[in-house]
Amino acid sequence: MIAAPELLSGWGRTSPTLATVHRPDDLEHIVSQVAAPSPRGVIARGLGRSYGDAAQNAGGDVLSCSNLDAVLAIDVEKGTVTVESGVSLDTLLRVLLPLGWFPMVIPGTSYVTIGGAIASDIHGKFRHGSFADYVDRMRVVTPARGACMLEPEGDAKEFWATTGGMGLTGVITEATLKLQPVQTSRIVCDTERTNDVDDCMARMLERDHEYRYSVAWIDCLASGGHLGRAVLTRGNHATFDDLAFSDRATAREYMPRTLLAAPQWIPNGLLNPLTVRAFNELWFRRAPREPHRVVEGIKPFFFPLDSVRDWNRIYGPRGFVQYQFVVPSGSERVVRTALQRFSAARVPTFLAVLKRFEHDSRSLIGFPISGWTLALDIPAAPELTPLLDGLDELVVEAGGRVYLTKDSRLRPELLAAMYPRLDNWRSTRAALDPGNLLRSDMDRRLDLSGAGRRGA
Amino acid sequence: MRDALGEVQSVLVLGGTSDIALATVRKVVARRGARVVLAARKPETCDSAAAVLRDAGASEVHSVAFDATDFASHEGFVRATFDRFGDFDLVLVAFGVLGDQARAEHDPGAALEIVQTNFSGTVSVTVPVVTRLRAQGHGDLVLLSSVAGERVRRSNFVYGSSKAGIDGYYQGVAASLATSGVRVMIVRAGFVHTKMTDGLKAAPLSVTVDAVADAVVRGLARGREIVWVPPAMRYVMVVLRHLPVAVFRRLRL
Repeated sequence: MIAAPELLSGWGRTSPTLATVHRPDDLEHIVSQVAAPSPRGVIARGLGRSYGDAAQNAGGDVLSCSNLDAVLAIDVEKGTVTVESGVSLDTLLRVLLPLGWFPMVIPGTSYVTIGGAIASDIHGKFRHGSFADYVDRMRVVTPARGACMLEPEGDAKEFWATTGGMGLTGVITEATLKLQPVQTSRIVCDTERTNDVDDCMARMLERDHEYRYSVAWIDCLASGGHLGRAVLTRGNHATFDDLAFSDRATAREYMPRTLLAAPQWIPNGLLNPLTVRAFNELWFRRAPREPHRVVEGIKPFFFPLDSVRDWNRIYGPRGFVQYQFVVPSGSERVVRTALQRFSAARVPTFLAVLKRFEHDSRSLIGFPISGWTLALDIPAAPELTPLLDGLDELVVEAGGRVYLTKDSRLRPELLAAMYPRLDNWRSTRAALDPGNLLRSDMDRRLDLSGAGRRGA
Repeated sequence: MRDALGEVQSVLVLGGTSDIALATVRKVVARRGARVVLAARKPETCDSAAAVLRDAGASEVHSVAFDATDFASHEGFVRATFDRFGDFDLVLVAFGVLGDQARAEHDPGAALEIVQTNFSGTVSVTVPVVTRLRAQGHGDLVLLSSVAGERVRRSNFVYGSSKAGIDGYYQGVAASLATSGVRVMIVRAGFVHTKMTDGLKAAPLSVTVDAVADAVVRGLARGREIVWVPPAMRYVMVVLRHLPVAVFRRLRL
């Protein structure tokens, strides 16, 4: 196993720090690494798609799990697949789709590992559950227990502390996931424009139940009567009969392809209110004026940005933050206020994503709660601190929270109010890692684990 | 940890009574609050600064003893400070003396005092600080340098040469830390109205302490390696630097 110092940052490319990166090839390596890491601890890392500092560990060890990339077993009777934690969704889809299987929850990019998906308890355009709800069991290497199998019922505390646990309970090495059968690799997608955010939310509430997947792309720079104008896209898995005759021969083909790559270096400030406004206008105009139905592939529907490799570079060397919060149903006004403030501040943000949840994450510090979630990317700038800190207050007041996987700037004082089961998580975590060997920069910044270690 | 928007959680000031450092840290803690450690020869002289910082929003302020010219103590001081307070997101190296140029031209002791504080003392404490920052894998190291070092002038060449030396040293430190996760920023200020320059005739393009503090904060946010205050100073110095000796001398600077 080779270890080398490497500067690591999250997908937002802010706050890079130096860690010793190990690339374990098997379980044994991980067990020994977790048992005796460097004095500044160890954290697992997958494909580095967390936006902030969740998978970096300044001055310590990082286990990059991309070599654990085997698909171990597919059980066609039960509809489950067992994989090593470094397997990406992209790999998994290439294997599963031709066989007619599909994961239950799919996020907005295929370039995440299964380990990362579990540790973040990710969600997607599906409203009734998050990723961990469909994990049958998983193997986790913890400092206290070594390698152990966890199941959602038998080991409820440890299991739900690890899912969504940001890697701070142990290193996930293997998982068995429940799957859904699909007839094709296509989505029947309905697209419509909405006038403003109220119209958008009303339409979602009215007809979301007809769709398995639903998402609205909001133009954050629109203001006045168009505040929060949006393009609403919703879809269901296409059946064989939905496909045109010409497509039936490739009914289960995944068709992944990368069309473009972002240039190696892009200056700060390329994304400014002018260029972004123009882009958003185009995006909105491109959508059909009247509701419109098309059959499209998995990639354009779920992973539109995956077609531009390294798209995070377009924000320039200063990077960007993603702000994502959820507020319970009934707190729609928080979404509206947020859009008003972003619009008024003329923050150059591409489309914001508005989605609904109709479930609460079972993970102790998981993100989803029934309600509305808004996410948007913003170029990193010090002026954002007061703006986002102010929104956090509204979110907390409404009983909502921000998503840790996206976070890189939350005030640590708000953590406990946002995550009411934090103490429960901390005590479970402490039992799995009594020596506080598992550490990340996010933990140092937010004191997630409550060890109060002030760095070090 | 410094967050994505540049907010820091812990600050160490070497030279805790420096006007510029105090104004800078005030601006830093006013945003989110942070833990501040002020290091000065007599920690009790930091009391009023500590009160100001608490008022400005600092979550904690501590004063510790640090003598810039007691070289032998530096390694132990740095170890004890980092062990006690944990990681520092920002280390501000702000101590220095102007000295008495006229005296220093005749009195070796007076000349050495300036050089030992501004150059040797800074080097001596920087070595262990860099070791700790390198080990923590993150952080910002900021040196308050001076335009006086850019082209040393007749009127204050002892001070100027000490600043020239430490500025050069920090350029090397910055290069050595390039891929370490630690950022280094050198602040080259012109004439600043502080207690150090009290009673002196202000030079052209003089600035206030607040202006320097703003420039430091802005420079950190932008990830600058060198900051000139005021920015125009950079171009003034470019000209001065390239003047032929005969002309430069006639300017009687």
